[in-house]
Amino acid sequence: MTPGITFTIDGKQVTAAPGQTIIEAADTAGIYIPRLCHKPGLEPFGSCRLCTVTVGGRPCSSCTQPAAEGIVVESDTDELNEHRRALLEMLFVEGNHFCMFCEKSGNCELQALAYKFGITAPSFTYQWQKHDVDASHPQILIDRNRCILCARCVRASQDLDGKSVFGFVGRGPNKRLAVNAEARLSDTNVDVTDEALDVCPVGALLRKHVGYKVPIGKRQFDHTPIGSDVEGEPAPDDCGCGGAENVCQCTQSE
Amino acid sequence: MGENQKARIATTSLAGCFGCHMSLLDIDERILQLAELVVFDKSPINDIKQFTGRCDVGLIEGGCCNEHNVEVLRDFRKHCDILISIGDCATMGGIPALRNTVPLQECLDEAYRDGPSVHNPSGMIPNDVELPLILDKVYPAHEVVKIDYHLPGCPPSADTLWEALVALLTAKPVELPYELVKYD
Ligand code: SF4
Ligand code: SF4
Ligand code: FES
Repeated sequence: MTPGITFTIDGKQVTAAPGQTIIEAADTAGIYIPRLCHKPGLEPFGSCRLCTVTVGGRPCSSCTQPAAEGIVVESDTDELNEHRRALLEMLFVEGNHFCMFCEKSGNCELQALAYKFGITAPSFTYQWQKHDVDASHPQILIDRNRCILCARCVRASQDLDGKSVFGFVGRGPNKRLAVNAEARLSDTNVDVTDEALDVCPVGALLRKHVGYKVPIGKRQFDHTPIGSDVEGEPAPDDCGCGGAENVCQCTQSE
Repeated sequence: MGENQKARIATTSLAGCFGCHMSLLDIDERILQLAELVVFDKSPINDIKQFTGRCDVGLIEGGCCNEHNVEVLRDFRKHCDILISIGDCATMGGIPALRNTVPLQECLDEAYRDGPSVHNPSGMIPNDVELPLILDKVYPAHEVVKIDYHLPGCPPSADTLWEALVALLTAKPVELPYELVKYD
């Protein structure tokens, strides 16, 4: 068995398997680092910067940075959380987020992160940029007002569905989610069973006809803050040494 | 507590639907406790139209969609020590702000000239001195005056409003539990 890489996150000793990123090791150790574009099962993308931590005092995105022996990682600090708050607030004023009628409300990762950070209103001025809705497909909806350009759908369509239905066009404030067709989603080879439709963290890419299925009070983040699943469930057979089961230092030294 | 020592509270509904005020009434029998803690100054609840004095707390429902909303909001800022935005319309514009990505002229044309249910042969758009001028966009309250606290929700639940008010009126920090800060 390859010995694990040991390092610390916020003073807590964690162990990573070789090749693991900081955020993966943190997840296994039960430490939640906020994230939006990262999703286990998809290639790291490193675009939202919410997962930014400092390694030896220097900022880097923990979803792309490989764990290394002896590094000192800080994540839950006032300064980093202040930056995270600002990033979230920017997403709210750049998109047009009407949570009161959004099908994703209660299950939305952006909204849940805003709750976690106690955002009651953004401190930036609302932009009210015009974004398009593509409702051409009979079973699938794109609402670009809510798209945070995290590329989860882009990666899932490419890597899991073996298609390439989604991509980006434009730069800066004009960057937008595009589909692999002249104009509309209904002209692509997207299918309602595509895994790409399961990964959107917000209400930008939705299956039609299933909205509001789960009543208020029973939705994912109604009572449980985002990240509770990571923080609450220790790895199976966790001996408490802080290492994941497969790289546990205690069992190795036995 | 005598009426004089009670906190004075004022409320208004700007570009809102009165849902937030309904939610306030939804505190049920706690309204009796509220009556022990506060007296209402200007508010649609008692129909007092003008401020009668300085207020401790002002509750703002709705954002600003016309110049009258702006005037009322500024009047609230002038008369209240603490201003609280209640509801998504006040904190982010809410449903009225759906028009914010559409140019104003297009909105007016759709509403008064071209809409499928509109009968308006003269093609006139209402324009009377009695009517407050509509703003180019709907603005959240904090983009017009300084707002001290925000309670989002559509509407914020009765518990949210109650907990926040009681904390303020009893000089405790407004720290609401996770369940009470929601955007829907
Ligand atoms: S995508 Fe999320 S944040 Fe945006 S409107 Fe929907 S629930 Fe709200
Ligand atoms: S549609 Fe959803 S998954 Fe795709 S880029 Fe936008 S927010 Fe991300
Ligand atoms: S989660 Fe790491 S940059 Fe988005």
